[in-house]
Amino acid sequence: MIEEKFDAIVVGAGMAGNAAALTMAQRGMKVLQLERGEYSGSKNVQGAILYADMLEKLIPDFRDDAPLERHLVEQRFWMMDDRSHVGLHYRSEDFNEQSPNRYTIIRAQFDKWFSKKVQEAGAVVLCETTVVELVKDSFGKVIGVRTDRSGGLIRADVVVIAEGVTGLLGTRAGLREIPKPENTALAVKEMHFMPRETIESRFNLKGDEGMVIEAAGTISRGMTGMGFIYSNKECVSIGMGCLVSDFQRTGETPYGLLDAFKRHPSVAPLIEGSEVKEYSAHLIPEGGFKAIPQLYGDGWVVVGDAAQLNNAIHREGSNLAMTSGRIAGEAIFQLRSRREEMTEQNLALYKEMLDKSFVIKDLKKYKDMPALLHTQSQNFFLTYPQLVNKAMQSFVRVDGTPKVEKEKKTIRSFVNARSWFGLFADGFRLARAWR
Amino acid sequence: MTAPLTVRVEDKLYQNRYLVDTGRVHIKVRPHASPTPELRALLTACPAGCYALNGAGQVEIAADGCVECGTCRLIAEPSGDIEWSYPRGGYGVLYKFG
Repeated sequence: MIEEKFDAIVVGAGMAGNAAALTMAQRGMKVLQLERGEYSGSKNVQGAILYADMLEKLIPDFRDDAPLERHLVEQRFWMMDDRSHVGLHYRSEDFNEQSPNRYTIIRAQFDKWFSKKVQEAGAVVLCETTVVELVKDSFGKVIGVRTDRSGGLIRADVVVIAEGVTGLLGTRAGLREIPKPENTALAVKEMHFMPRETIESRFNLKGDEGMVIEAAGTISRGMTGMGFIYSNKECVSIGMGCLVSDFQRTGETPYGLLDAFKRHPSVAPLIEGSEVKEYSAHLIPEGGFKAIPQLYGDGWVVVGDAAQLNNAIHREGSNLAMTSGRIAGEAIFQLRSRREEMTEQNLALYKEMLDKSFVIKDLKKYKDMPALLHTQSQNFFLTYPQLVNKAMQSFVRVDGTPKVEKEKKTIRSFVNARSWFGLFADGFRLARAWR
Repeated sequence: MTAPLTVRVEDKLYQNRYLVDTGRVHIKVRPHASPTPELRALLTACPAGCYALNGAGQVEIAADGCVECGTCRLIAEPSGDIEWSYPRGGYGVLYKFG
């Protein structure tokens, strides 16, 4: 059906795919982008927080017309037990700046806007088209794709695989393995609508200010996981995620956990009276540096979630996706301008450039964190949150018990739960993995 | 407040928009006499509650409410218990917010 040959085919129109398609189209390359959803964004799920810096590198004046929700002025971390939470909050007037650094966004709307920019730059964007196969020649070089729309081969010099975390095409073509349940989180989310004045008064915001709450503790019932609450203009995104292997092992249901989080006494008043308009679920790559697969080969590169580029510790994914897409686009354009072939050897340039960016540097820094958090989940997500909340209650409750006795009791509770050796070992392991 | 509530995932999915590709199921369960541990795990791990036991104790899928997250693929495709693909282009869940 499509006879012409493209300079590049981009599979997928999420953050990584849109960044790659835009980068190449802006440089005059003939780009075809294929997306299985009705429009870019209709299959995409995220919390979602947008980091301005990475988007500025692609669209410097994005603030003029991008559908942004609220710029963040406050971050709350909560360590929860069943009836309490201990919080660390950071709020600063510095975040009310001319060009804010972080925004909440609604992905379906944001991606639609992003896709419009890709089309304006000259890329051909074909939606409602699922790519079913990466086609290789007899030497194993990827030469194009086949879709469910036309049986025929669509040819390109290079295919940018931005197919997302499930990574069906790449795994089918033997480019990488299926993500492992112990390296992947499943998050579920609901969109709770309320009048914007209600959101602003409940979360202490004015105008377009926003805040996020990130919570860990007994809400994940001993599994490796987190809850989150993000404020948008007229709705609140509330979600909960845990490792797939933990769901598999425990038999907990994702929606059951989310509902328990919503009923927690610290959370329930924040969403009371809201109207839920959507329930979504999505996988998140959590394996970090050690789970990154082969990133390039003859005629292909892989970007974003499909390449496992996600920083679970800082909960950054979309910016790594966007940056890897941009860098892949730049590398491909460089090769093309030097009239070099899209071979494995030449496309190594993409990895070279990515290695020098924050994407790989950050993931490398935390390379040991996944193993620590995924194997010590009982301690970090159940025992310590309970101990810390009890200690805090003991600290603030005034009941005539001498302070010295209270302190001794608190220390004893920690030692009884983890032993001196366990406490020091946990501290040492955490420090070493964080380094 | 600690009373265990049963959460009906059907009520949640009711909010979502879908375009169902009638007659074309994108996930298939391998016929079995009794379910493997992997298949059993899908009864609770699937965030859309698409997997259920039939009268004969076998795991069945009703994929109409599928949110295409891929959880079941990670758990049960390597063992060959399910066959997984995306719905045809344009079909399946259509997120308004995402």
